[in-house]
Parts: sequence; structure tokens; C-alpha cells
Amino acid sequence: MLRALLQPLALLLAAPLLPGLVNRVKAAVAGRRGPPVWQLYADLWKLLHKGAVYSGTTSWIFRAGPMASLASAATAALLLPVGAFPAPISFAGDFLLFAGLLALGRFLTALAAMDTGSSFEGMGAAREVTFGSAAEPALLLGLAVLARATGSTSLQGMLGPGLSGAWAGAAPSLILAAVALGLLSLAENARIPVDDPSTHLELTMIHEVMVLDHSGPDLAFVQAGAALKLLLFGALLAQLVLAARPAGDLLGLVAFAGGLLAFVLLVGLVESAMARLRLQRVPQLLVGAAVLSLFALVLVLR
Amino acid sequence: MTSASWLDLAFVLVVLVDFYLLASSRLPAATRAVALQGAVLSAPPLLLAGGGHDPEHMLLLSAGALLVKAVLIPWLMFRAIRETAVRREVEPFVTPVTSMVLGAAGVAAAFALSRSLPLPSGGQHPFLVPTALGTVWVGLLLMVSRKEAVSQVLGFLVLENGVFLFGLLLSDVMPVMVEAGVLLDLLAAVFVMGIVMFDIQRELASLDTQKLQRLRD
Amino acid sequence: MILAALAAPLLVATLALGVRQNRTRPRALLVGAVLHALAVAAMLGRRPEPVLDGALALDAAGAVVLSTSSLLFLACAVYAQGYLRRRAERDNRLFVGGLLVLLSALTAVSLAQHLGVLWVAVELTTLATAPLIYFNRNAGSLEAAWKYLLLCSLGIALALLGTFFLALAGTGPGGPRSLLLADLAGAGRALKAPWVRGGFVFLLVGYGTKMGLAPLHAWKPDAYGEAPGLLGALLAGAVGASAFLTLARVQQVMHAAGEERFAGQALTALGLISLAVAAVYVAAQRDLKRMLAWSSVEHMGILALGLGLGGTAVAAAWLHVAGSGLTKGVLFLSAGNIHRAYGSKLTDQVRGAARRLPVSGPLFLLAFLSASGSPPFAPFLSEFAILAAAVAQGRPVVAALYLASLAAIFLGMGRTVMRVVLGDPAGAPERPFPDSALTAAPPLVLMALVTGLGLWVPGGVADLLRAAAALVTG
Repeated sequence: MLRALLQPLALLLAAPLLPGLVNRVKAAVAGRRGPPVWQLYADLWKLLHKGAVYSGTTSWIFRAGPMASLASAATAALLLPVGAFPAPISFAGDFLLFAGLLALGRFLTALAAMDTGSSFEGMGAAREVTFGSAAEPALLLGLAVLARATGSTSLQGMLGPGLSGAWAGAAPSLILAAVALGLLSLAENARIPVDDPSTHLELTMIHEVMVLDHSGPDLAFVQAGAALKLLLFGALLAQLVLAARPAGDLLGLVAFAGGLLAFVLLVGLVESAMARLRLQRVPQLLVGAAVLSLFALVLVLR
Repeated sequence: MTSASWLDLAFVLVVLVDFYLLASSRLPAATRAVALQGAVLSAPPLLLAGGGHDPEHMLLLSAGALLVKAVLIPWLMFRAIRETAVRREVEPFVTPVTSMVLGAAGVAAAFALSRSLPLPSGGQHPFLVPTALGTVWVGLLLMVSRKEAVSQVLGFLVLENGVFLFGLLLSDVMPVMVEAGVLLDLLAAVFVMGIVMFDIQRELASLDTQKLQRLRD
Repeated sequence: MILAALAAPLLVATLALGVRQNRTRPRALLVGAVLHALAVAAMLGRRPEPVLDGALALDAAGAVVLSTSSLLFLACAVYAQGYLRRRAERDNRLFVGGLLVLLSALTAVSLAQHLGVLWVAVELTTLATAPLIYFNRNAGSLEAAWKYLLLCSLGIALALLGTFFLALAGTGPGGPRSLLLADLAGAGRALKAPWVRGGFVFLLVGYGTKMGLAPLHAWKPDAYGEAPGLLGALLAGAVGASAFLTLARVQQVMHAAGEERFAGQALTALGLISLAVAAVYVAAQRDLKRMLAWSSVEHMGILALGLGLGGTAVAAAWLHVAGSGLTKGVLFLSAGNIHRAYGSKLTDQVRGAARRLPVSGPLFLLAFLSASGSPPFAPFLSEFAILAAAVAQGRPVVAALYLASLAAIFLGMGRTVMRVVLGDPAGAPERPFPDSALTAAPPLVLMALVTGLGLWVPGGVADLLRAAAALVTG
């Protein structure tokens, strides 16, 4: 029970490090020093001490959105094994719950954006949901590959010790699934080449435009939720790739942290090397990820 | 890794290039991808050389494929692209998303159904036939869905790559002379296509085959 | 001898590339054609030894196609002397070289006994002719060449897949593990039925595209309409016959594998569709050469129908290969002359050809009568024999559709041909290209041959046709 409380909390506390690290990688590639790694913690602290401003046209949906989406991400964190630690909660088919919770977060954020009644936020919500309709099948297909390869339908079984056997038998499929999930994690977390987290250029924004009206603690929840989501995808990939984990709790945790660092490095490098895609090309990327997952699934199904 | 898992990797790579081609619209990048596919195709003959195939024949086949599909044809294609100054496929008949979905469906069907095909001789690699048939399908799709002449030729090359893979099943039936003839014909085909493309470009100042719609009944 | 027939045109082509003068270079065509005709005559006289482990050998079916092609090429080579003299402003290096390579490729198709070699040779005919289609270098001919090249390449790639399927069919226990026709046909029912059928479908689509059977004919009207007349004659007569030969080879394997009913139905269906499509389009045609293309679709349909019906219709189909092939030569060469003399090939501008071109005009009319199956020309015999076979096999629907299409094509084409040939040429556009000996004599000789073959089929020829039919039907 204690672990069930501890794991989401620990992940939530660690999450703001990730965007900070990504920014440092980008700054290093560009030859700058960049903001401190702790920047997001400072931002969150500041935001939590501010008051919130609510437009007269909004309802309770607008206020509930940020909290609920943070809560859904934190709940999803319960289902992941971390390092050698098993997932606090695990049951057959829980990977569907994991995908569902992420989708719920998206749904609530989009709903809150539409609640503002502003066409600007509405546009962002429309884009987010359009791309989501291509991203969610890709995520489900990718997880299905893992489920099939490991013969288990809980994330604990799919990403836990059972995975090393799957790597021996179905390596090509797992590589494909990892690539697909990697593409997806860029899209889901509003990173380049899908979205640019550092600009507020209205024509191309997706995620940022939805949360423009949030302020104070609400904005802090939104940002913490986004960081946690990035961490969840990073954890998913790290667990998937680090199949042969060293035994022991501490070593496992170190390996997990190393995997996350590699993920952060990769995201930073991709962001530095690529330009954002034109909006019309984004579905192509997501469908590409879905196609990769589908192909991987066909390979393991044979 | 064993040779079987290297084969796994090669076949999966071939299919990945198929998908990439369906999504891409930049012709130089697509041409590089086709060259990569040609280079990957020279690996399976070598890896198969052990099991019941004549090693010398396979070595020749591999070298021929590497030379023709990965070096000479890409060189011809790049020359055509340079001379005609075409860079990208602007508006294909079928959007990239649709063609990717269609291509993936075809490849998935090939992989799903190939186990029920009554292959007379057992013992081939399980990915060989579906990869070949899936690549044929993607080549067909590329040929009919693109407007730019260069893309159509790339589609033809992918189609030929698929047929080449299928032919690996039968290396002991096809004499070396015939295999060489097939590769030479392919080379000559791309050469002739290059000439015609060049002349089309000079005459119409475009390689958009949509402009080739004057003749009708 | 086989190697000589293959190599002679290639050798002459190499020499022709070295000739500097545009005016003298076409003579290489004549040299190549005569050498080739001599080699073919020698091979017909005494069957040559097979070469390359039996991959190349002359059999009856190959002999029919080879002699038709050689004759047609000889006529076209003579015609080319006159034609290229009139087109002296164009560089004809590629044209002359390509035609000679085509001749060699046609020979290889006729002689191939190995399905892989056959494929290589058929692809070579496409590659040799594609650049020749746009000899005139205008937008229309480039479009035609691109369509021809791309569609035929697509088809031929599928045919290679079909060839592999057939090879796979023979790798089972007791299978021949070979693509030699004799081995495949000898293996009979040891061939695995699913792969044989799959292979047949791909081969039919592939080589059917090359042959121009509807609905795979999209390139045909464009290519025939835009190509120079003599290339049209070779494409319709010789290349079409070669493509038919490949399908006949495939049908030979299908017979041996006991799948002739399946294959025959597919061929019959494509044949009837081709006839029907041709009947619809030929009537509305305002372009002389495109009309001939539809007529070619019709004749390819008749050939496929004959092959599909089987039995006595197959021998008739072989006669039709020769008769319609030579007729195509007359049609395209005389149409080319008419095109030159009027500077137009549109039927609303061309009229009174019989008066302006006293040889080509009437020849065009006669060749039309021959192509549409009127006595006393050779195609009448073959078309009638195919009809008789359909009736004798108790397939009245096939016979009725066949007859209706032939009648419709006769009426549709006849209207156009009459308007072009008869009437008063006064007021029609005019170019200074009257009939000359070099351009009028080749179609005249071909017409005489068609008429002669219609009146009397020599015993040797009849034996050859029967032997060719026996090859297919086993």
C-alpha cells in the first residue's frame, strides 16, 4: 500500500527534471549554457503561489481539467514497473487501462480548452484530438506487440522480467515496436517534429494553444502533468529496451535512470536536428508509427 | 547473431524501406532508400548460401544485385533527377497516409496469409515469401499512385526488388545466365526510362505525367 | 545457325552506329534484314541444333512467328529506305539501331524454350522499341512512349513473378525443377496446381499487357497512333505475334498440367472482351492510325480466342498470326504513306486517297477488307475456322459474340476507310510525298502474300501450322 502511494509520488517529483534535461541537451548542441536543470521546479513553485484567473464564460469543467489530467497521468504511473520494482498495481489487461488513462487526460485537457469558448483553444483541441485519433491506435498496437511477444497482458508482465525471453525470440518486432513508441512519445509530448514546446506561434501550436487560458496553480498542474507524461513514455521505452536488467533493487533503479537519461538525450538530439513538420504531415508520421506497430504485430502473430 | 536472425533483420529492413517510400515525397531521399533496399537485397543470397543453394551461384547473384540495384541504378536515377531538376512528388493521386494504410494492409495480408501458401519445398526462411509479395504490392501501389515520372520508376524498381526476392526461392531452377539477363534487362530498362524522362523534360519542361494526357479517345 | 540469326542484326546494329551519314545509315537495316531472312530460310530448310542446353531451339510455333517477323521486317526495311530519306532532317542513329536490336530480340523470343530466357527477350523487345516510338519528338509521341514503357514494364515484371510461380510449381516431389518448356510440359500433373494457376494469372496479365489484350491495352492506341508507320507495322505484326507466342508457350504448360480448361476460359474471356472493346472504339475513331490500333486489339482478341477455344481453333490461330501479321504490315505502311501525303491522319481532313496515291490508297482498302475477314484473304480462313471451332464445340454464345463483334468492327472501320480512300481529294491538305517505289512496293508485296495465303495454303505451311498447334494442345 505504501509503495502504491510512493511510486506515483516519486515519479511525479522526478518528472520536472526531464524537460529541464532536454533543454540542457538542446542548449549544449546549440553551444549555449541554457536554463538550469531545476528551472521547471522553480516555475512550478512560483505558479503554485499565484492566484488563478478564470474567465466568466468558463464552467467547472475548465477548473477540473488540469487536476483531472494530472491525476490520470499519476494513476497511469501506478501500472508501470520501475527498474526491478514490480508495478504497484497489476492485473490482466491493465495495458488497456494505461492507454485509456492517457487518452482520458487528453480528453479532459481538450474539453477544458473547448470550455473557454475561444475559437483559438478550440482549434488546438481539434488538432490534438485529430492527431490523437491516429496516435492512440499506434500506442495500442505497439503495446499489443509487447503483449503478444511476452504472452502477458499486464504491463508488469510485458515490461518486467518476462521481456528478456521475448527479446531472444522476437527481436525484430520489439525493435519495430520500440521505434514506433519512440515516434509516438515525441508526438504525445508535443515535441519536435510534431509540435514545438518552446514557441507560441499560433499557426502551428497544438498542445500549448490548448492551455493558454490556464493560470496559477492550474497551469502548474498542466505542466507537471505534461512532464509526468513525458516520464511515463520514457519509462515505457527504458523498460522495453533494458530487457536484461541487472538484478537487485538499487542496480535496477540505476539502470532505469540511465535508460531515462538516454531517452532524454535522444529527444534533445532529435529536437536539435530536426525542423517541425508541416501540420499536414503530422498524421503521416503518426500513421507511420501505427504501420510500424502493425507490421511488428503481424510478425509476432505469425 | 545467427544467419537466420540476420535474415530476419534484412527482410524487416526491406519492408521498412517499403513503408518509408510510401510516406516520402522527396525524390532524392526516396532514391537513396531504393538504393539501400537494393543493397540489403544483396545480403539474403549470401546468408542463404549455406542451406541447399549453390554457393557460387549465390555469390554471383549477390554481387550482381549489389552492383546493379545498389550502385548502377541509383546512379542512373540520380543523374535523371539532376538533369531534370525534379525534387519532390507534389500531389500524388493517393495521399501518403492512404497509400501507407493500403501498403501496410497488403504487407500484413502477405505475412498473415503466406503461411497457408502451399510452398512445395520446405525449409525456406518464413519471412522470404511474404516480404517478396508485400514488396511487389508496395511497388505496384507506388507505380499507380504517383504522378511524377521519377517516382513511377522508383515504384517499378521496388516491384522488381520484390520479384527478385521471390526468385531466391528458385535459385537452383534459374540458370546464372538467365539471372544475369534479368538484371541486365532491369538496368537497360532504367537506362531507357532515363532517356525518355530526359526527353519528356526537355519537351514539356516538367516530369508531371499528368501533363501527358493529351492522347484520348 | 541460331546464334547467327541472333547475332547478325546486333552486329549490323553496331556497324550502323559507326556510320556517320544520316543518308546511308538506313542501308544497314536492309543488310540486317536480308542476312536475317537468309538465316531464317536456312533454319526452316534444316532444323538447327539447339544451343545453350536447349534454351534456344526452333520448333514449329517459333518457326511460324519467326518467319512472319522476318518477312515483315524485310518489308519494313525496304520501306524505311524511302521513309527515312523523306525524314532526312532527323537523326536516325537510334532508330536504325533500335530496329535491329528489336529484330534480334524478336528472334530470341521465337527461339526461346526456357521461360526465363523468353522473359528476358520479351522485355528486350519493349526496351528496343520504346525510344523509337517518339522518333517524331513531340509531346504526343513522348506521352505514348512513356505509357508504353511503363505499362509494359509493369506487365513484364508481373510476368516474371508468374514465371517464378510456374518454376515453384515444379519444385515439388517429382517436379522438373526447371523452366525449360519440354521439362515443364513433360512433368504434367506433377506440377502443383495452385502455383500453376497463380502463375498463369500473372503471366496472362503480364504478357497480355504486352500483347495489348483489353482491358490491358491502354498503351496501344497511343503508341500505334504516334509511332512512325513502319514501327506500327512491326509492333502490331511482329511484336504482337511474339507476345502471342509467349502466351501459347504458357498454354502449352497449362495443357500438360491439366489446367487447360481454366486457362482456356480466361483466354476466351479476354479475347471476347478485346473484340467487344475494339468494336466500340473503332467506330468512333477519327484518327487513322489509332483506328488501326483498335483493329490490332481486335486481332489480338481473335488470337486469344483461338488459343482459348483449343482444338482446331489453335491451328487457325497460328494461321491468323501469319495472315493478320502481314495484313497489319500493309495497313500501317499504307496508312503511313497516306499520313505523309496529306500531312494529317485525321479522317475529316483525309479523303480521296485512292486518287492521290494510286497504289497506297487501294492497298489500304484491300488491307482493310483482309483485316476484317473478307474472302479471299488469309485472315478470312483463320477467322472462319475459329468460328467453326466455336460452333463445333457447342459454344453458341461465344460464336454469336464473336460474330457480332466482327460485324460491328467491319461496319465501324469500313465507314472510316471508305471516306479516306474514296471521294475527291481536291481541297484536302497536301504534301509533296507521292507514292514512290520504295514506299509503295513493300505493302504491295505483303498484300500479294496475304492474298496468296488466302487462296492457297502450301502443304509445307499447313504442316507447320498443324505442328505448331500440336505443340500447344499436346
